[in-house]
Amino acid sequence: MSTQVPQQTDETDAESEPDAEEEPSKGDLRREKKAKRAAEREREAEAAAESAAGENTRELKVFRFDPEVEGKQEPRFDEFHVPFEKGMTVLDALIYARDTYDSSLTFRHSCRQAVCGSDAMFVNGQQRLACKTQLSDLSEPVRIEPLPHADVRKDLVVDMQHFYDQMDAVEPFFDADELPEDELEEQRQSRANREKVKMSTRCIWCGACMSSCNIAAGDNQYLGPAALNKAYRFAMDEREGESRKQERLEIIEQEHGVWRCQTQFSCTEVCPKDIPLTEHIQELKREAVKNNLKFW
Amino acid sequence: MASNTTYEHDVIVVGAGGAGLRAAIAAQEAGADVAIVSKLHPVRSHTGAAEGGINAAIREGDSWEDHAYDTMKGSDYLGDAPAIEALCRESPKETIQLEHWGMAFSREEDGTVSQRPFGGLSFPRTTYAGAETGHQLLHTMYEQVVKRGIEVYDEWHVMNLAVTDEDDPTDRSCHGVVGYEIRSGEIAGFRARDGVILATGGMGQVFDHTTNAVANTGDGVAMAYRAGVPMEDMEFIQFHPTTLPSTGVLISEGVRGEGGILYNGEGERFMFEHGYANNDGELASRDVVARAELTEVNEGRGIEDEYVHLDMRHLGEDRILDRLENILHLAEDFEGVDGLEEPMPVKPGQHYAMGGIETNEYGQTCVDGLYAVGECACASVHGANRLGGNALPELIVFGKLAGRHAAGEEFDEPEIETGKRGDHEDADFDAPVTLGEREPGSDAGPADASAAADGGEAVTDPDAVLEVAVDREIEHVEELLETDGVNHAEIRSAVQETMTANVNVFREEEGLKEALVDLREARDRYADVGVSDPSRTFNTDLLHTLETRNIIDIAEALTMGALARNEFRGAHWRKENQIRDDENWLKHTLISWNDGDPDLWYRPVILEGENKRYEPKVRSY
Ligand SMILES: Cc1cc2nc3c(=O)[nH]c(=O)nc-3n(C[C@H](O)[C@H](O)[C@H](O)COP(=O)(O)OP(=O)(O)OC[C@H]3O[C@@H](n4cnc5c(N)ncnc54)[C@H](O)[C@@H]3O)c2cc1C
Ligand code: SF4
Ligand code: FES
Repeated sequence: MSTQVPQQTDETDAESEPDAEEEPSKGDLRREKKAKRAAEREREAEAAAESAAGENTRELKVFRFDPEVEGKQEPRFDEFHVPFEKGMTVLDALIYARDTYDSSLTFRHSCRQAVCGSDAMFVNGQQRLACKTQLSDLSEPVRIEPLPHADVRKDLVVDMQHFYDQMDAVEPFFDADELPEDELEEQRQSRANREKVKMSTRCIWCGACMSSCNIAAGDNQYLGPAALNKAYRFAMDEREGESRKQERLEIIEQEHGVWRCQTQFSCTEVCPKDIPLTEHIQELKREAVKNNLKFW
Repeated sequence: MASNTTYEHDVIVVGAGGAGLRAAIAAQEAGADVAIVSKLHPVRSHTGAAEGGINAAIREGDSWEDHAYDTMKGSDYLGDAPAIEALCRESPKETIQLEHWGMAFSREEDGTVSQRPFGGLSFPRTTYAGAETGHQLLHTMYEQVVKRGIEVYDEWHVMNLAVTDEDDPTDRSCHGVVGYEIRSGEIAGFRARDGVILATGGMGQVFDHTTNAVANTGDGVAMAYRAGVPMEDMEFIQFHPTTLPSTGVLISEGVRGEGGILYNGEGERFMFEHGYANNDGELASRDVVARAELTEVNEGRGIEDEYVHLDMRHLGEDRILDRLENILHLAEDFEGVDGLEEPMPVKPGQHYAMGGIETNEYGQTCVDGLYAVGECACASVHGANRLGGNALPELIVFGKLAGRHAAGEEFDEPEIETGKRGDHEDADFDAPVTLGEREPGSDAGPADASAAADGGEAVTDPDAVLEVAVDREIEHVEELLETDGVNHAEIRSAVQETMTANVNVFREEEGLKEALVDLREARDRYADVGVSDPSRTFNTDLLHTLETRNIIDIAEALTMGALARNEFRGAHWRKENQIRDDENWLKHTLISWNDGDPDLWYRPVILEGENKRYEPKVRSY
């Protein structure tokens, strides 16, 4: 253990106490520990990889990028081998890889049950929720990339701001023309009407649909499937009333609204909540036409 | 690089789940300039996972008084009457408010909102939206936040509170929070002119089998604790009886509410056949069902020595699709089981923390200007056991009250006392190891990050306290990034393991002491924790490392409470004393950080309601 403070002054500077001659400085201790830990961790990771290689494992190829870390500024793919267990999802595999091999592996996730919408990724060439995708359903190696058509912040994390902006653009909030006066009296809604909007209310804002859409990729201002579905959710809700519906139809009819959709169904295919997005957009188009006829 | 920007608002709400969103709306309606700071985007909050429903006495034949009675009984007489009565009185208004905001509730033939029976309720008052009530509630409220243009700082992780440092926590005041922008690594102060409302949700990550999200790490509880606010009734953890064995994903109580049946490995309907709950069977209170299941498994009547079966096939496809469709997806996606064709495997899992930050019935803590609402708070409405469907109304009722209070609205004097003052009693508590944080300066461990805790100079100047707190956090992060120490994930899983092994549904003295020893070790290892990802961009390694510290503090307090409370009440079972001991234990457990030397004490429960006293009765179902 080095106690030669003078030899190290240029490295320890601010941190070495003037009277620390007898004791190794905090900085020294930390650096020493750091080196030891690094070596230890490398050994552990190697051991884990070795033992994993022997078992029933799955190979992941994971996209890596970090704008400010040397060696990661050029995007690359890292390989991880994770021991397979029945029921294991892509998210479980990523967590294993992160906690065992590389704690800098970065991805959003929270609920682990397909309700928070954090972990939409591009897995083997398709937009999927990592927590809802069984490894056993995928061919190897499992290629995991961030959502296409979005700016990558780091590894599997993309910038969601554009998606949020499009959602905001459709005035995504219930706004009834009239409400019951009594604060204890609910508005009535028929079962049929609730059924009609039900699927549209299931959106978890994961962004998979938007990422899969060719039109959105070409037209940055296109509202996109999720926002249009949100508009549908309110336009079709009988509780809001006619005058609000009118305003909503105007929003979705704008230049970058429903008429851009070319019914390619890619959004519907990838939506993890099985929302019939294309159908909803088609229905909005029909409503808009009906509505325009009314004024002719 | 870290900088020193300061944002400033009247009220800062930390957390954007149901509780935080409701608080923000209320504060704004009361005239405050309010902002929400949340480590997740609002719609990613775990409120979205709630399935079953919201209890509200909105129908003829029901009354808030009945709801209050059920809640007090369910709490095993450890809820405080003023809080319970506020919850039940306000819930109808708040639930209908959600409807007026457009929430897509399930409907009756006549277009009114549907209600279903839930465990422990004397009336079917659980108002629901399919089996996705939380998702609908969360999105409905976020929509209203958008409508009102309330500022949201999303993906900002709050690291600490700016609380002054007077000796007595009840003299302290809160002036803001320190946030870390996940995208950029910027550390900034958020000054709150009128109040900070913590709404950070649950702490399920203290255990390894939980229905809670990965982000539920109890940050708010731990931050408030280290700033001097006591943690209350931490030993009371609800273990939900029906979670999927491989992931912990919840199968809603709604399944049993609709008539789902539990069978053991021998095909017996054990809730009745083995006499666990002769009247209510599957719909007995959650703790009763969870213990019954584990007893079946422990006595060899489980399936694969691990779980039991929950069968809903007899309800018929139509009814299942209509009311429980989401359950089919969950069972299929996360367990590979088709609930229409086969029974679903289920076992108990950590679900809800009844305890939390000590508050009064307005969400105020003992630190001036600091509030807490939602699952992170303990008012206490759930006492020793929460009834299903009582958490969501808690979010909206106390969210609203705290929001208004923080915005300066006038309220009656609270009846619930906070802080170590008034009627209280010191505990005689022996720990097998030293608890809390080692002496400051005794090692090169991470500096304590709390502005109001040990180390450093005392700061009592409200203007300076935020700046000091920001500086400490900047230093703390530098230090963590520089240290390539123990990976937090190892420590976290060691904590989760010992908690699940020793502080689970069945608890005994020896195991609890063992847990404290293990937690001591975890704390010592944490002194050498380091972050190996050097990046300022989306450094989740760093964030998880900060969370792990919170998990340790919470696990320790939880275990202390469990060890001290030598009785069986609600969700807390002790082998050495398997009775509810009203003579000695009609009191809350409180633990104060006490500048790093945790101090356990008690305060009597308040059974005196507005118009009546709730006399403790045997809790049988
Ligand atoms: C699966 C499941 C089903 C449930 N079903 C029901 C039910 O049917 N009925 C019922 O009444 N209750 C139910 N509950 C309980 C209830 O849903 C929760 O108690 C409640 O939703 C918690 O809400 P919250 O607003 O307190 O916290 P959350 O919704 O968890 O939100 C916490 C917020 O705090 C933020 N946050 C946390 N830490 C920080 C930090 N350090 N910095 C910044 N922000 C932070 C997060 O980003 C998040 O926005 C259920 C719970 C679960 C897990
Ligand atoms: S519509 Fe579907 S795919 Fe699109 S954001 Fe919503 S849940 Fe995701
Ligand atoms: S982790 Fe929440 S949706 Fe996948």
